Amino acid sequence: MTIKEADRVLPVTRGESVKTRQRRSVVKPRRWKRYEPVVVGTISVGAFLAVWQAVATVNLTAKWMPALFLPSPTDTADAFVKLFTDPRQNIWADLGTSGFEFATGYVGALVVGLALGIAMGWYMRFQYALDPFVNFLYSTPRIVLIPLFIIWFGIDWQSKVAVIFLGALFPVVINTMAGVRNTDGALLRVARSFGASETLIFQRVVLPGAVPFILTGFRLGVGHALTGVVVGELIAARHGVGKLISDFGVTFQTPKMFAAILFIAGTGMLLTWLLQRIEKRFQSWRPQIKT
Amino acid sequence: MRTSSAKLVASGVVVEYWLARSEAIFTAVEGVDLDVRDGEFVAIVGPSGCGKTTFLNAVDGLIPIAGGSLTLDGREISAPGRDRAMVFQQPGLLPWRTVLGNVLFGVEAQGTMTKGEALERARQQIELVGLTGFEDAYPSELSGGMQQRVNLARALLTDPEMLLLDEPFASLDAQTREMMQLELLKIWNKSRKTALFITHDIKEAIYLADRVIVFTKRPGRVKDSLEIEIPRPRDLRVKRDPKFLGYEDRIWDNIQEELAAKPERLLAGVTA
Repeated sequence: MTIKEADRVLPVTRGESVKTRQRRSVVKPRRWKRYEPVVVGTISVGAFLAVWQAVATVNLTAKWMPALFLPSPTDTADAFVKLFTDPRQNIWADLGTSGFEFATGYVGALVVGLALGIAMGWYMRFQYALDPFVNFLYSTPRIVLIPLFIIWFGIDWQSKVAVIFLGALFPVVINTMAGVRNTDGALLRVARSFGASETLIFQRVVLPGAVPFILTGFRLGVGHALTGVVVGELIAARHGVGKLISDFGVTFQTPKMFAAILFIAGTGMLLTWLLQRIEKRFQSWRPQIKT
Repeated sequence: MRTSSAKLVASGVVVEYWLARSEAIFTAVEGVDLDVRDGEFVAIVGPSGCGKTTFLNAVDGLIPIAGGSLTLDGREISAPGRDRAMVFQQPGLLPWRTVLGNVLFGVEAQGTMTKGEALERARQQIELVGLTGFEDAYPSELSGGMQQRVNLARALLTDPEMLLLDEPFASLDAQTREMMQLELLKIWNKSRKTALFITHDIKEAIYLADRVIVFTKRPGRVKDSLEIEIPRPRDLRVKRDPKFLGYEDRIWDNIQEELAAKPERLLAGVTA
Protein backbone atom coordinates (compact mmCIF):
# COMPACT_ATOMS: atom_id res chain seq x y z
CA MET A 1 0.00 0.00 0.00
CA THR A 2 1.40 3.38 -0.95
CA ILE A 3 1.23 6.29 1.43
CA LYS A 4 -1.43 7.89 -0.72
CA GLU A 5 -3.71 4.87 -0.56
CA ALA A 6 -3.24 4.59 3.16
CA ASP A 7 -4.32 8.16 3.42
CA ARG A 8 -7.62 7.33 1.82
CA VAL A 9 -8.32 4.25 3.87
CA LEU A 10 -7.52 5.61 7.30
CA PRO A 11 -10.52 6.80 9.25
CA VAL A 12 -10.84 10.46 10.01
CA THR A 13 -9.51 10.99 13.49
CA ARG A 14 -10.19 13.67 16.00
CA GLY A 15 -7.94 16.69 16.07
CA GLU A 16 -6.64 16.51 12.56
CA SER A 17 -6.45 19.67 10.53
CA VAL A 18 -9.29 20.65 8.22
CA LYS A 19 -6.85 20.67 5.37
CA THR A 20 -6.01 16.97 5.50
CA ARG A 21 -9.62 16.17 5.92
CA GLN A 22 -10.64 17.94 2.74
CA ARG A 23 -7.89 16.22 0.86
CA ARG A 24 -9.16 12.89 2.05
CA SER A 25 -12.85 13.32 1.60
CA VAL A 26 -13.04 13.13 -2.16
CA VAL A 27 -11.26 10.54 -4.25
CA LYS A 28 -11.13 12.09 -7.68
CA PRO A 29 -10.64 9.79 -10.62
CA ARG A 30 -7.62 10.85 -12.63
CA ARG A 31 -8.49 12.85 -15.70
CA TRP A 32 -6.44 10.43 -17.74
CA LYS A 33 -9.05 7.70 -17.14
CA ARG A 34 -11.52 9.52 -19.35
CA TYR A 35 -9.21 9.63 -22.33
CA GLU A 36 -7.63 6.25 -21.77
CA PRO A 37 -9.72 4.30 -24.32
CA VAL A 38 -9.10 6.85 -27.07
CA VAL A 39 -5.41 7.22 -26.30
CA VAL A 40 -4.70 3.50 -26.10
CA GLY A 41 -6.76 2.86 -29.22
CA THR A 42 -4.91 5.52 -31.16
CA ILE A 43 -1.54 4.18 -30.04
CA SER A 44 -2.40 0.64 -31.11
CA VAL A 45 -3.65 1.76 -34.53
CA GLY A 46 -0.57 3.96 -34.93
CA ALA A 47 1.68 1.06 -34.05
CA PHE A 48 -0.09 -1.16 -36.54
CA LEU A 49 0.32 1.42 -39.31
CA ALA A 50 3.98 1.89 -38.44
CA VAL A 51 4.68 -1.84 -38.63
CA TRP A 52 2.74 -2.09 -41.88
CA GLN A 53 4.70 0.82 -43.34
CA ALA A 54 7.98 -0.72 -42.22
CA VAL A 55 7.16 -4.14 -43.66
CA ALA A 56 6.06 -2.61 -46.97
CA THR A 57 9.22 -0.50 -47.13
CA VAL A 58 11.54 -3.40 -46.37
CA ASN A 59 9.63 -5.50 -48.88
CA LEU A 60 10.65 -3.04 -51.61
CA THR A 61 14.23 -4.27 -51.30
CA ALA A 62 13.80 -7.68 -49.69
CA LYS A 63 11.22 -8.78 -52.27
CA TRP A 64 9.27 -11.21 -50.08
CA MET A 65 6.49 -10.66 -52.52
CA PRO A 66 6.01 -8.36 -55.51
CA ALA A 67 5.86 -4.79 -54.27
CA LEU A 68 2.60 -4.39 -56.15
CA PHE A 69 0.89 -6.86 -53.84
CA LEU A 70 1.74 -5.07 -50.64
CA PRO A 71 1.13 -1.32 -50.80
CA SER A 72 2.18 0.72 -47.78
CA PRO A 73 -0.25 2.85 -45.77
CA THR A 74 1.02 5.94 -47.59
CA ASP A 75 0.44 4.30 -50.98
CA THR A 76 -3.06 3.45 -49.85
CA ALA A 77 -3.70 7.00 -48.69
CA ASP A 78 -2.48 8.29 -52.06
CA ALA A 79 -4.76 5.89 -53.87
CA PHE A 80 -7.65 6.94 -51.63
CA VAL A 81 -7.22 10.57 -52.59
CA LYS A 82 -6.84 9.68 -56.26
CA LEU A 83 -9.95 7.55 -56.11
CA PHE A 84 -11.99 10.63 -55.35
CA THR A 85 -10.09 13.22 -57.39
CA ASP A 86 -9.13 11.42 -60.59
CA PRO A 87 -11.74 12.43 -63.20
CA ARG A 88 -11.17 9.18 -65.14
CA GLN A 89 -12.18 7.12 -62.14
CA ASN A 90 -15.81 8.28 -62.05
CA ILE A 91 -16.23 6.94 -58.51
CA TRP A 92 -19.41 8.90 -57.94
CA ALA A 93 -21.27 6.74 -60.42
CA ASP A 94 -20.20 3.63 -58.51
CA LEU A 95 -21.04 5.16 -55.17
CA GLY A 96 -24.39 6.25 -56.54
CA THR A 97 -25.21 2.75 -57.72
CA SER A 98 -24.14 1.09 -54.47
CA GLY A 99 -25.81 3.76 -52.37
CA PHE A 100 -29.05 3.40 -54.24
CA GLU A 101 -29.00 -0.39 -53.91
CA PHE A 102 -28.20 -0.17 -50.24
CA ALA A 103 -30.86 2.42 -49.46
CA THR A 104 -33.60 0.65 -51.39
CA GLY A 105 -32.88 -2.79 -49.99
CA TYR A 106 -32.25 -1.63 -46.43
CA VAL A 107 -35.24 0.68 -46.12
CA GLY A 108 -37.42 -2.01 -47.69
CA ALA A 109 -36.12 -4.48 -45.10
CA LEU A 110 -36.87 -2.06 -42.25
CA VAL A 111 -40.44 -1.50 -43.37
CA VAL A 112 -41.28 -5.11 -44.14
CA GLY A 113 -39.24 -6.47 -41.21
CA LEU A 114 -40.96 -4.19 -38.75
CA ALA A 115 -44.41 -5.18 -39.98
CA LEU A 116 -43.59 -8.91 -40.00
CA GLY A 117 -41.84 -8.77 -36.63
CA ILE A 118 -44.72 -6.97 -34.95
CA ALA A 119 -47.29 -9.33 -36.45
CA MET A 120 -45.26 -12.38 -35.47
CA GLY A 121 -44.73 -11.08 -31.96
CA TRP A 122 -48.35 -10.16 -31.41
CA TYR A 123 -50.16 -13.06 -33.10
CA MET A 124 -48.85 -16.43 -31.98
CA ARG A 125 -50.44 -18.20 -34.92
CA PHE A 126 -48.79 -15.92 -37.42
CA GLN A 127 -45.47 -16.77 -35.85
CA TYR A 128 -46.18 -20.51 -36.01
CA ALA A 129 -46.95 -20.09 -39.71
CA LEU A 130 -43.85 -18.09 -40.59
CA ASP A 131 -41.32 -19.62 -38.21
CA PRO A 132 -40.23 -22.41 -40.58
CA PHE A 133 -39.50 -19.90 -43.34
CA VAL A 134 -37.72 -17.48 -41.06
CA ASN A 135 -35.60 -20.25 -39.59
CA PHE A 136 -34.80 -21.66 -43.01
CA LEU A 137 -33.76 -18.36 -44.52
CA TYR A 138 -32.06 -17.04 -41.41
CA SER A 139 -29.81 -20.05 -41.00
CA THR A 140 -28.90 -20.12 -44.70
CA PRO A 141 -26.24 -17.63 -45.83
CA ARG A 142 -28.38 -15.42 -48.01
CA ILE A 143 -25.43 -15.07 -50.37
CA VAL A 144 -26.10 -18.50 -51.85
CA LEU A 145 -29.21 -17.00 -53.37
CA ILE A 146 -27.27 -14.48 -55.46
CA PRO A 147 -26.89 -16.75 -58.53
CA LEU A 148 -30.62 -17.36 -58.42
CA PHE A 149 -31.38 -13.66 -58.13
CA ILE A 150 -29.10 -12.97 -61.08
CA ILE A 151 -31.08 -15.43 -63.15
CA TRP A 152 -34.33 -13.87 -62.02
CA PHE A 153 -33.47 -10.20 -61.93
CA GLY A 154 -30.33 -9.81 -64.06
CA ILE A 155 -26.98 -8.34 -63.04
CA ASP A 156 -28.21 -4.81 -62.46
CA TRP A 157 -29.45 -3.24 -59.24
CA GLN A 158 -32.54 -5.44 -58.87
CA SER A 159 -30.62 -8.59 -57.90
CA LYS A 160 -28.52 -6.58 -55.41
CA VAL A 161 -31.56 -5.01 -53.82
CA ALA A 162 -33.04 -8.50 -53.40
CA VAL A 163 -29.93 -9.77 -51.58
CA ILE A 164 -29.63 -6.68 -49.41
CA PHE A 165 -33.30 -6.82 -48.55
CA LEU A 166 -33.15 -10.46 -47.51
CA GLY A 167 -29.93 -9.89 -45.59
CA ALA A 168 -31.22 -7.01 -43.50
CA LEU A 169 -34.75 -8.39 -43.15
CA PHE A 170 -34.12 -11.14 -40.63
CA PRO A 171 -32.25 -9.25 -37.93
CA VAL A 172 -35.07 -6.71 -38.02
CA VAL A 173 -37.83 -9.35 -37.94
CA ILE A 174 -36.26 -11.40 -35.18
CA ASN A 175 -35.40 -8.48 -32.93
CA THR A 176 -38.75 -6.78 -33.41
CA MET A 177 -40.52 -10.02 -32.58
CA ALA A 178 -38.37 -10.48 -29.48
CA GLY A 179 -39.12 -6.90 -28.42
CA VAL A 180 -42.86 -7.38 -28.74
CA ARG A 181 -42.67 -10.72 -26.91
CA ASN A 182 -40.50 -9.39 -24.13
CA THR A 183 -43.09 -6.99 -22.81
CA ASP A 184 -42.83 -6.80 -19.05
CA GLY A 185 -45.57 -8.99 -17.56
CA ALA A 186 -45.99 -6.58 -14.66
CA LEU A 187 -46.84 -3.76 -17.07
CA LEU A 188 -49.38 -5.93 -18.85
CA ARG A 189 -51.02 -6.79 -15.53
CA VAL A 190 -51.25 -3.10 -14.63
CA ALA A 191 -52.78 -2.26 -18.00
CA ARG A 192 -55.29 -5.12 -17.79
CA SER A 193 -56.18 -4.19 -14.23
CA PHE A 194 -57.15 -0.71 -15.39
CA GLY A 195 -59.26 -2.27 -18.12
CA ALA A 196 -57.07 -1.20 -21.05
CA SER A 197 -58.19 -2.44 -24.46
CA GLU A 198 -55.87 -4.68 -26.43
CA THR A 199 -55.29 -1.87 -28.92
CA LEU A 200 -54.29 0.52 -26.16
CA ILE A 201 -52.02 -2.09 -24.60
CA PHE A 202 -50.36 -2.62 -27.95
CA GLN A 203 -49.91 1.06 -28.74
CA ARG A 204 -48.86 2.38 -25.36
CA VAL A 205 -47.23 -0.57 -23.61
CA VAL A 206 -45.97 -3.17 -26.07
CA LEU A 207 -44.73 -1.03 -28.93
CA PRO A 208 -42.81 1.61 -26.95
CA GLY A 209 -41.26 -1.19 -24.91
CA ALA A 210 -40.04 -2.87 -28.07
CA VAL A 211 -38.23 0.22 -29.41
CA PRO A 212 -34.78 -0.65 -28.01
CA PHE A 213 -35.00 -4.14 -29.52
CA ILE A 214 -36.17 -2.77 -32.85
CA LEU A 215 -33.22 -0.37 -32.97
CA THR A 216 -30.84 -3.24 -32.29
CA GLY A 217 -32.39 -5.04 -35.25
CA PHE A 218 -31.84 -1.96 -37.40
CA ARG A 219 -28.20 -1.78 -36.37
CA LEU A 220 -27.50 -5.46 -37.01
CA GLY A 221 -29.27 -5.09 -40.37
CA VAL A 222 -26.70 -2.52 -41.53
CA GLY A 223 -23.88 -5.07 -41.48
CA HIS A 224 -25.89 -7.64 -43.39
CA ALA A 225 -27.01 -5.05 -45.94
CA LEU A 226 -23.44 -3.89 -46.59
CA THR A 227 -22.32 -7.47 -47.05
CA GLY A 228 -25.12 -7.87 -49.57
CA VAL A 229 -24.03 -4.82 -51.55
CA VAL A 230 -20.41 -5.78 -51.79
CA VAL A 231 -20.78 -9.51 -52.35
CA GLY A 232 -23.60 -9.01 -54.84
CA GLU A 233 -21.46 -6.66 -56.86
CA LEU A 234 -18.35 -8.81 -56.56
CA ILE A 235 -20.16 -11.69 -58.20
CA ALA A 236 -21.70 -9.87 -61.12
CA ALA A 237 -22.38 -6.20 -61.73
CA ARG A 238 -21.85 -3.34 -64.10
CA HIS A 239 -21.28 -0.61 -61.49
CA GLY A 240 -20.81 -0.23 -57.77
CA VAL A 241 -18.11 -0.27 -55.12
CA GLY A 242 -17.99 -4.06 -55.05
CA LYS A 243 -17.53 -4.14 -58.80
CA LEU A 244 -14.79 -1.54 -58.40
CA ILE A 245 -12.92 -3.74 -55.91
CA SER A 246 -13.32 -6.70 -58.20
CA ASP A 247 -11.91 -4.68 -61.14
CA PHE A 248 -8.98 -3.41 -59.08
CA GLY A 249 -8.28 -6.99 -58.02
CA VAL A 250 -8.12 -8.50 -61.48
CA THR A 251 -5.98 -5.60 -62.74
CA PHE A 252 -3.59 -5.77 -59.76
CA GLN A 253 -4.34 -2.21 -58.63
CA THR A 254 -3.80 -3.22 -55.03
CA PRO A 255 -3.44 0.27 -53.49
CA LYS A 256 -6.78 1.32 -54.95
CA MET A 257 -8.33 -1.92 -53.81
CA PHE A 258 -7.12 -1.26 -50.27
CA ALA A 259 -8.54 2.26 -50.49
CA ALA A 260 -11.93 0.98 -51.62
CA ILE A 261 -11.99 -1.63 -48.86
CA LEU A 262 -11.19 1.09 -46.34
CA PHE A 263 -14.02 3.16 -47.69
CA ILE A 264 -16.54 0.34 -47.24
CA ALA A 265 -15.27 -0.43 -43.75
CA GLY A 266 -15.54 3.25 -42.86
CA THR A 267 -19.11 3.44 -44.12
CA GLY A 268 -20.10 0.42 -42.08
CA MET A 269 -18.48 1.81 -38.94
CA LEU A 270 -20.11 5.18 -39.41
CA LEU A 271 -23.60 3.76 -39.90
CA THR A 272 -23.24 1.40 -36.96
CA TRP A 273 -21.96 4.20 -34.77
CA LEU A 274 -24.89 6.41 -35.70
CA LEU A 275 -27.41 3.70 -34.87
CA GLN A 276 -25.60 2.91 -31.65
CA ARG A 277 -25.98 6.52 -30.58
CA ILE A 278 -29.71 6.38 -31.24
CA GLU A 279 -29.94 3.08 -29.38
CA LYS A 280 -28.19 4.54 -26.37
CA ARG A 281 -30.83 7.23 -26.07
CA PHE A 282 -33.44 4.54 -25.62
CA GLN A 283 -31.23 2.26 -23.56
CA SER A 284 -32.51 3.38 -20.16
CA TRP A 285 -35.77 1.48 -20.38
CA ARG A 286 -34.42 -1.66 -21.92
CA PRO A 287 -35.15 -4.62 -19.65
CA GLN A 288 -31.99 -6.35 -18.52
CA ILE A 289 -31.62 -9.63 -20.35
CA LYS A 290 -29.12 -12.18 -19.22
CA THR A 291 -27.46 -13.96 -22.07
CA MET B 1 -70.06 -2.15 15.23
CA ARG B 2 -70.64 0.09 12.30
CA THR B 3 -73.99 0.21 10.65
CA SER B 4 -72.84 0.92 7.09
CA SER B 5 -73.75 -1.69 4.53
CA ALA B 6 -71.48 -4.27 2.93
CA LYS B 7 -69.61 -3.09 -0.12
CA LEU B 8 -67.71 -6.16 -1.12
CA VAL B 9 -69.32 -9.50 -0.46
CA ALA B 10 -67.31 -12.67 -0.95
CA SER B 11 -69.02 -15.93 -0.19
CA GLY B 12 -67.46 -19.31 -0.64
CA VAL B 13 -64.91 -17.98 -3.11
CA VAL B 14 -62.78 -20.71 -4.70
CA VAL B 15 -59.84 -20.01 -6.99
CA GLU B 16 -58.13 -22.83 -8.82
CA TYR B 17 -55.23 -23.04 -11.22
CA TRP B 18 -54.60 -25.67 -13.80
CA LEU B 19 -51.01 -26.81 -13.53
CA ALA B 20 -50.02 -27.87 -17.01
CA ARG B 21 -46.83 -29.62 -15.98
CA SER B 22 -48.30 -31.94 -13.42
CA GLU B 23 -51.71 -32.04 -15.11
CA ALA B 24 -53.48 -31.25 -11.90
CA ILE B 25 -55.73 -28.69 -10.33
CA PHE B 26 -54.15 -26.47 -7.75
CA THR B 27 -56.53 -24.92 -5.26
CA ALA B 28 -55.19 -21.56 -4.11
CA VAL B 29 -58.25 -20.27 -2.26
CA GLU B 30 -61.07 -22.41 -0.95
CA GLY B 31 -64.28 -21.02 0.40
CA VAL B 32 -63.44 -17.48 1.45
CA ASP B 33 -66.33 -15.72 3.16
CA LEU B 34 -65.68 -12.04 3.70
CA ASP B 35 -67.72 -8.85 3.80
CA VAL B 36 -66.09 -5.46 3.55
CA ARG B 37 -68.25 -2.55 4.70
CA ASP B 38 -68.43 0.76 2.90
CA GLY B 39 -65.52 2.93 3.95
CA GLU B 40 -63.81 0.14 5.82
CA PHE B 41 -60.08 -0.56 5.66
CA VAL B 42 -59.55 -4.30 5.76
CA ALA B 43 -56.15 -5.96 5.82
CA ILE B 44 -55.54 -9.61 5.06
CA VAL B 45 -52.54 -11.38 6.56
CA GLY B 46 -51.57 -14.99 6.36
CA PRO B 47 -48.62 -17.35 6.00
CA SER B 48 -46.75 -16.86 2.75
CA GLY B 49 -48.27 -18.71 -0.17
CA CYS B 50 -51.70 -18.78 1.48
CA GLY B 51 -53.49 -17.36 -1.55
CA LYS B 52 -54.13 -13.87 -0.20
CA THR B 53 -52.76 -12.17 -3.31
CA THR B 54 -54.70 -14.63 -5.46
CA PHE B 55 -57.85 -13.62 -3.64
CA LEU B 56 -57.09 -9.94 -4.24
CA ASN B 57 -56.50 -10.61 -7.94
CA ALA B 58 -59.90 -12.29 -8.06
CA VAL B 59 -61.47 -9.22 -6.46
CA ASP B 60 -59.75 -7.08 -9.08
CA GLY B 61 -61.16 -9.37 -11.76
CA LEU B 62 -57.76 -10.37 -13.11
CA ILE B 63 -58.40 -14.06 -12.49
CA PRO B 64 -61.72 -15.87 -12.60
CA ILE B 65 -63.19 -17.61 -9.59
CA ALA B 66 -63.97 -21.30 -9.78
CA GLY B 67 -66.74 -21.27 -7.22
CA GLY B 68 -68.73 -19.09 -4.83
CA SER B 69 -69.65 -15.52 -5.55
CA LEU B 70 -67.94 -12.17 -5.45
CA THR B 71 -69.94 -8.95 -5.66
CA LEU B 72 -69.13 -5.27 -5.31
CA ASP B 73 -72.12 -3.02 -4.64
CA GLY B 74 -74.28 -5.97 -5.63
CA ARG B 75 -72.67 -6.41 -9.04
CA GLU B 76 -70.94 -9.64 -9.89
CA ILE B 77 -67.20 -9.25 -10.43
CA SER B 78 -66.07 -10.95 -13.62
CA ALA B 79 -63.45 -8.62 -15.10
CA PRO B 80 -61.42 -5.57 -14.09
CA GLY B 81 -63.64 -2.54 -13.76
CA ARG B 82 -63.68 1.16 -13.10
CA ASP B 83 -65.04 0.61 -9.60
CA ARG B 84 -61.77 -0.97 -8.47
CA ALA B 85 -58.15 0.13 -8.69
CA MET B 86 -55.09 -1.82 -7.70
CA VAL B 87 -51.85 -0.68 -6.15
CA PHE B 88 -49.36 -3.35 -7.12
CA GLN B 89 -46.50 -4.86 -5.20
CA GLN B 90 -44.14 -4.03 -8.05
CA PRO B 91 -44.70 -0.43 -9.12
CA GLY B 92 -45.23 -1.44 -12.77
CA LEU B 93 -44.43 1.99 -14.15
CA LEU B 94 -43.84 2.59 -17.84
CA PRO B 95 -40.12 3.39 -17.95
CA TRP B 96 -40.48 5.74 -20.92
CA ARG B 97 -43.09 7.87 -19.22
CA THR B 98 -42.58 10.57 -16.65
CA VAL B 99 -44.25 10.56 -13.24
CA LEU B 100 -47.12 12.61 -14.67
CA GLY B 101 -47.50 10.29 -17.65
CA ASN B 102 -47.54 7.25 -15.40
CA VAL B 103 -50.07 8.72 -12.99
CA LEU B 104 -52.29 9.40 -16.00
CA PHE B 105 -52.00 5.88 -17.36
CA GLY B 106 -54.84 4.42 -15.28
CA VAL B 107 -57.51 6.90 -16.37
CA GLU B 108 -56.11 6.80 -19.88
CA ALA B 109 -56.64 3.03 -20.01
CA GLN B 110 -60.15 3.43 -18.64
CA GLY B 111 -60.88 6.25 -21.06
CA THR B 112 -63.19 7.98 -18.61
CA MET B 113 -61.76 11.46 -18.27
CA THR B 114 -61.09 14.33 -20.66
CA LYS B 115 -57.45 15.14 -21.04
CA GLY B 116 -57.68 18.55 -19.41
CA GLU B 117 -59.55 17.24 -16.41
CA ALA B 118 -57.22 14.29 -16.05
CA LEU B 119 -54.17 16.52 -16.19
CA GLU B 120 -55.48 18.86 -13.55
CA ARG B 121 -56.52 16.07 -11.20
CA ALA B 122 -53.28 14.19 -11.81
CA ARG B 123 -51.36 17.20 -10.55
CA GLN B 124 -53.52 17.22 -7.43
CA GLN B 125 -52.85 13.53 -6.85
CA ILE B 126 -49.15 14.05 -7.31
CA GLU B 127 -49.27 16.74 -4.68
CA LEU B 128 -51.31 14.49 -2.39
CA VAL B 129 -48.71 11.72 -2.53
CA GLY B 130 -45.91 14.23 -2.04
CA LEU B 131 -44.26 14.13 -5.43
CA THR B 132 -44.66 17.77 -6.42
CA GLY B 133 -41.57 18.83 -8.33
CA PHE B 134 -41.02 15.33 -9.70
CA GLU B 135 -43.74 15.44 -12.37
CA ASP B 136 -41.19 15.25 -15.17
CA ALA B 137 -38.88 12.68 -13.57
CA TYR B 138 -38.59 9.20 -15.07
CA PRO B 139 -39.14 6.08 -12.95
CA SER B 140 -35.46 5.16 -13.17
CA GLU B 141 -34.67 8.43 -11.41
CA LEU B 142 -36.95 7.66 -8.47
CA SER B 143 -36.35 5.69 -5.29
CA GLY B 144 -38.47 2.63 -4.52
CA GLY B 145 -40.65 4.61 -2.13
CA MET B 146 -41.26 7.33 -4.68
CA GLN B 147 -42.15 4.77 -7.32
CA GLN B 148 -44.77 3.34 -5.00
CA ARG B 149 -46.19 6.83 -4.50
CA VAL B 150 -46.67 7.02 -8.26
CA ASN B 151 -48.28 3.58 -8.18
CA LEU B 152 -50.67 4.82 -5.48
CA ALA B 153 -51.44 8.11 -7.24
CA ARG B 154 -52.22 6.23 -10.46
CA ALA B 155 -54.82 4.14 -8.64
CA LEU B 156 -56.28 7.09 -6.69
CA LEU B 157 -56.70 9.19 -9.83
CA THR B 158 -59.24 6.70 -11.20
CA ASP B 159 -61.36 7.48 -8.13
CA PRO B 160 -62.46 3.87 -7.55
CA GLU B 161 -65.21 2.62 -5.26
CA MET B 162 -62.68 0.30 -3.74
CA LEU B 163 -58.92 0.47 -3.45
CA LEU B 164 -56.99 -2.80 -3.65
CA LEU B 165 -53.45 -2.87 -2.34
CA ASP B 166 -51.20 -5.87 -2.91
CA GLU B 167 -48.29 -5.68 -0.45
CA PRO B 168 -47.38 -2.25 -1.82
CA PHE B 169 -44.62 -1.62 0.72
CA ALA B 170 -43.14 -5.12 0.84
CA SER B 171 -40.06 -4.31 -1.19
CA LEU B 172 -39.22 -1.07 0.62
CA ASP B 173 -36.66 -0.76 3.39
CA ALA B 174 -37.96 -0.73 6.96
CA GLN B 175 -37.80 3.02 7.51
CA THR B 176 -39.34 3.94 4.19
CA ARG B 177 -42.05 1.37 4.80
CA GLU B 178 -43.06 2.96 8.10
CA MET B 179 -43.15 6.42 6.56
CA MET B 180 -45.24 5.16 3.67
CA GLN B 181 -47.70 3.54 6.09
CA LEU B 182 -48.08 6.85 7.89
CA GLU B 183 -48.62 8.70 4.65
CA LEU B 184 -51.03 6.13 3.29
CA LEU B 185 -53.19 6.61 6.38
CA LYS B 186 -53.07 10.39 5.97
CA ILE B 187 -54.16 10.11 2.35
CA TRP B 188 -56.77 7.48 3.12
CA ASN B 189 -58.18 9.64 5.92
CA LYS B 190 -59.11 12.30 3.38
CA SER B 191 -61.27 10.04 1.24
CA ARG B 192 -62.01 7.08 3.54
CA LYS B 193 -62.32 4.84 0.54
CA THR B 194 -63.13 1.20 1.05
CA ALA B 195 -59.76 -0.55 0.99
CA LEU B 196 -58.53 -4.11 0.90
CA PHE B 197 -54.87 -4.37 1.83
CA ILE B 198 -52.79 -7.53 1.50
CA THR B 199 -49.65 -7.87 3.54
CA HIS B 200 -47.48 -10.41 5.32
CA ASP B 201 -46.43 -7.76 7.83
CA ILE B 202 -48.65 -8.15 10.91
CA LYS B 203 -47.75 -4.78 12.41
CA GLU B 204 -48.54 -3.10 9.12
CA ALA B 205 -51.93 -4.76 8.98
CA ILE B 206 -52.89 -3.73 12.53
CA TYR B 207 -51.56 -0.22 12.11
CA LEU B 208 -53.49 0.47 8.91
CA ALA B 209 -56.71 -1.45 9.17
CA ASP B 210 -60.08 -1.24 10.84
CA ARG B 211 -60.21 -5.00 10.66
CA VAL B 212 -57.55 -7.65 10.13
CA ILE B 213 -58.42 -10.94 8.48
CA VAL B 214 -56.12 -13.91 9.04
CA PHE B 215 -55.98 -16.49 6.28
CA THR B 216 -55.20 -20.15 6.82
CA LYS B 217 -52.34 -21.63 4.93
CA ARG B 218 -53.07 -22.81 1.42
CA PRO B 219 -55.73 -23.38 0.29
CA GLY B 220 -56.62 -20.06 1.89
CA ARG B 221 -59.70 -19.62 4.05
CA VAL B 222 -60.63 -17.03 6.64
CA LYS B 223 -59.28 -18.24 9.96
CA ASP B 224 -59.82 -15.22 12.14
CA SER B 225 -61.25 -11.74 11.92
CA LEU B 226 -60.15 -9.06 14.30
CA GLU B 227 -61.61 -5.55 14.78
CA ILE B 228 -58.83 -3.10 15.51
CA GLU B 229 -60.16 -0.66 18.06
CA ILE B 230 -57.42 1.92 17.95
CA PRO B 231 -58.72 5.43 17.36
CA ARG B 232 -57.71 7.34 14.25
CA PRO B 233 -55.72 9.31 13.34
CA ARG B 234 -52.97 6.92 14.35
CA ASP B 235 -49.35 7.92 14.55
CA LEU B 236 -46.50 5.42 14.37
CA ARG B 237 -46.30 5.37 18.18
CA VAL B 238 -49.45 3.25 18.47
CA LYS B 239 -47.33 0.35 17.32
CA ARG B 240 -45.92 0.18 20.85
CA ASP B 241 -49.30 0.51 22.55
CA PRO B 242 -50.18 -2.51 24.77
CA LYS B 243 -53.45 -2.93 22.91
CA PHE B 244 -51.57 -3.03 19.62
CA LEU B 245 -49.21 -5.65 20.98
CA GLY B 246 -52.17 -7.68 22.16
CA TYR B 247 -53.57 -7.79 18.64
CA GLU B 248 -50.17 -8.72 17.34
CA ASP B 249 -49.90 -11.65 19.77
CA ARG B 250 -53.29 -12.96 18.78
CA ILE B 251 -52.50 -12.81 15.05
CA TRP B 252 -49.11 -14.38 15.57
CA ASP B 253 -50.66 -17.24 17.53
CA ASN B 254 -53.04 -17.81 14.66
CA ILE B 255 -50.30 -17.87 12.09
CA GLN B 256 -48.03 -20.09 14.15
CA GLU B 257 -50.86 -22.53 14.57
CA GLU B 258 -51.24 -22.60 10.79
CA LEU B 259 -47.56 -23.08 10.19
CA ALA B 260 -47.40 -25.92 12.70
CA ALA B 261 -50.42 -27.74 11.32
CA LYS B 262 -49.93 -30.83 9.20
CA PRO B 263 -49.41 -29.90 5.58
CA GLU B 264 -52.31 -30.75 3.32
CA ARG B 265 -51.90 -32.58 0.10
CA LEU B 266 -50.23 -30.24 -2.37
CA LEU B 267 -52.34 -31.21 -5.32
CA ALA B 268 -55.79 -32.51 -5.74
CA GLY B 269 -55.45 -35.43 -8.13
CA VAL B 270 -57.42 -35.34 -11.33
CA THR B 271 -59.08 -38.37 -12.75
CA ALA B 272 -58.86 -38.31 -16.48
